[in-house]
Amino acid sequence: MTETQIRLRDDAPCAEPVVTIDAFAGQSNAVAVRIEPGEDARNLLPHLDRLCLVEISFPVFGDGRGYSSAQILRENGYTGELRACGDVAVDQISHMKRVGFDSFAPDKPLNQADVDAAWSRFPDVYQKQIDGRQPIWAKRHQKETV
Amino acid sequence: MYQYDQYDQAMVDARVDEFRDQTKRRLSGELTEDQFKPLRLMNGLYLQLHAYMLRVAIPYGTLNSRQMEMLAHIARKYDRDYGHFTTRQNIQYNWIKLQDAPDILADLASVEMHAIQTSGNCIRNISSDQYAGAAADEIADPRPWAELLRQWSSFHPEFSYLPRKFKIAVIASDEDRAAMRLHDIGIQLVHNDAGELGAKFFVGGGMGRTPMIGPEIRDFVPADDLIHYAEACLRVYNRYGRRDNKYKARIKILVHELGKEEYTRQVEEEFAHMKTLGLNPPVEELERITAFFANPEYDADASDELDLSDPDFRIWVEQNTHPHKRSGYAIATISLKPTGGIPGDATSDQIDLMAKLARDYSFDELRVTHSQNIVLPHVKKSDLYALWQQLDAAGLAPANLDLISDMIACPGLDYCSLANARSIPVAQKISQRFADQQRQKDLGELKLKISGCINACGHHHAGHIGILGVDRKGVENYQLSLGGSAAEDVSLAKITGPGFDEDGIVDAVEKVTNVYIRDRDEGERFIDTYRRIGMAPFKEALYD
Repeated sequence: MTETQIRLRDDAPCAEPVVTIDAFAGQSNAVAVRIEPGEDARNLLPHLDRLCLVEISFPVFGDGRGYSSAQILRENGYTGELRACGDVAVDQISHMKRVGFDSFAPDKPLNQADVDAAWSRFPDVYQKQIDGRQPIWAKRHQKETV
Repeated sequence: MYQYDQYDQAMVDARVDEFRDQTKRRLSGELTEDQFKPLRLMNGLYLQLHAYMLRVAIPYGTLNSRQMEMLAHIARKYDRDYGHFTTRQNIQYNWIKLQDAPDILADLASVEMHAIQTSGNCIRNISSDQYAGAAADEIADPRPWAELLRQWSSFHPEFSYLPRKFKIAVIASDEDRAAMRLHDIGIQLVHNDAGELGAKFFVGGGMGRTPMIGPEIRDFVPADDLIHYAEACLRVYNRYGRRDNKYKARIKILVHELGKEEYTRQVEEEFAHMKTLGLNPPVEELERITAFFANPEYDADASDELDLSDPDFRIWVEQNTHPHKRSGYAIATISLKPTGGIPGDATSDQIDLMAKLARDYSFDELRVTHSQNIVLPHVKKSDLYALWQQLDAAGLAPANLDLISDMIACPGLDYCSLANARSIPVAQKISQRFADQQRQKDLGELKLKISGCINACGHHHAGHIGILGVDRKGVENYQLSLGGSAAEDVSLAKITGPGFDEDGIVDAVEKVTNVYIRDRDEGERFIDTYRRIGMAPFKEALYD
């Protein structure tokens, strides 16, 4: 199990054991769960209130299903910790943050300077996403109405 | 045409900085090639057989003279004095040095261009009708919609690691000049019963090793839901597209395996959900973009009269110009298919000349076509003769638009690391065989398309005549297929039978055209005759 290197939350980390999505379905008291790429995040939607941690696994960085899983959980109101685990490189973390990840447990530790640069690399964003950043189109039309 | 504001410019500039940093880390050895590869691919930089290849995006194939001149500058300064225009309305440079790539991207950014998402498993450059904004038959200019999609798809956080690359085309007329139904998403702008403009969606078309024609999955998406619907299409694909086999990973396979109805049902479910999130830019944003595509200031008194007394000029006008929506104007296509040439290639000087001609005669605008030609969209008829003379002097006036020598060909084994066979020499030989203008003209519209491997970058499945180069026990072998079309009468070509060697394929093409000449009815194109008489007479001529 890899260490959480980056955590963008202030609350205390969830210390409960993380179970698989199958195990979660059979355990009414589990509060932390791990989703693999082929698993359906929507199965968790009835239980979002009791979850404090969802780990989303990236066995290879090019398998982007975890981005949709994260997005679905956040769109449906999940507010607990959302952790990206596995083949997570500095080149992915800003997109991951945009879809709602707020902690990162990369297999290979990231250089902190690269991480800091990644957060601030792009000044703006084109899409409205779950991270609440104001997209470029909103800035354009906000100016006109002011 | 569209112009960047400070936001667009800042995004492109940030990308240049990022790539400069990544390249520096690669050159210093801090990054291995394995680590660097996904990063360079996000910026259109491929490693080919002999050198790096850089693919530069030309959004919906539209560019101005200043941008065109920059393309010439890059060819001259960083490459071997030429560039190659592609079937996705982009340009590729074949001899790039890695250490130059950041400077090239910076040069591009200085004219509002980039190479973002020209490779990788992400949403690629949005393509469109090369006659957009000028065609008499369009119901609206499709490019504002394409630009809205360009911005939405740029650095999209959820859809940057899709199962496979993803291509979108937008058109706005019944005549399809953009191979729309052969894209992952094809969009046709239509009016609904209330007269509102919206988008008809076709999803799951494509070429490659499993060609498919995209089925219609929704007849009308309103402008204020365009992004919601596109998000829904992509999310279903990102979640359920196959990732176990690269060759089955395109959305066409998902749509085919799920069935159109089930895919559509899932998209509709996501769409209902997306609408609750308010992700679509307001209609004011589409209006803002649309204003950039306003008509140029046409001369209301421009005359429709044309002096066609020069016979060579007359041939060119008849073949290479298309009706414009405004009287007194024409759409002129500059063919990059000279006899024996490399389809889609242009020298720096030719690119510069085309830029100048656009400035002088076409309101500063050019288009790249998916057939690898260049269009000057708004030429006053009274300027056509002067335009043609200058093109002719530069070897840019082949009068062969849509004729047999106006071929699509991929770079093939001369450049490409995926290819099994060369495409360019075959294209050159066919072009020479059919060089006679009268003969070509007599054969009429005939779309010949050549791919050097099964990935079908040369669109052979969609050729009236298609050629696929394969490797047979170490020898290049060419399979012939007939009956494809990328237009509104879209169809997939069928293979004739055993393949041919390099000279044999040229003879084979000649034989099938002879069958056409023999069996055609009055007014029939090659494809029409094929559809009427079927494969048998062609096979007989080829193999008996």
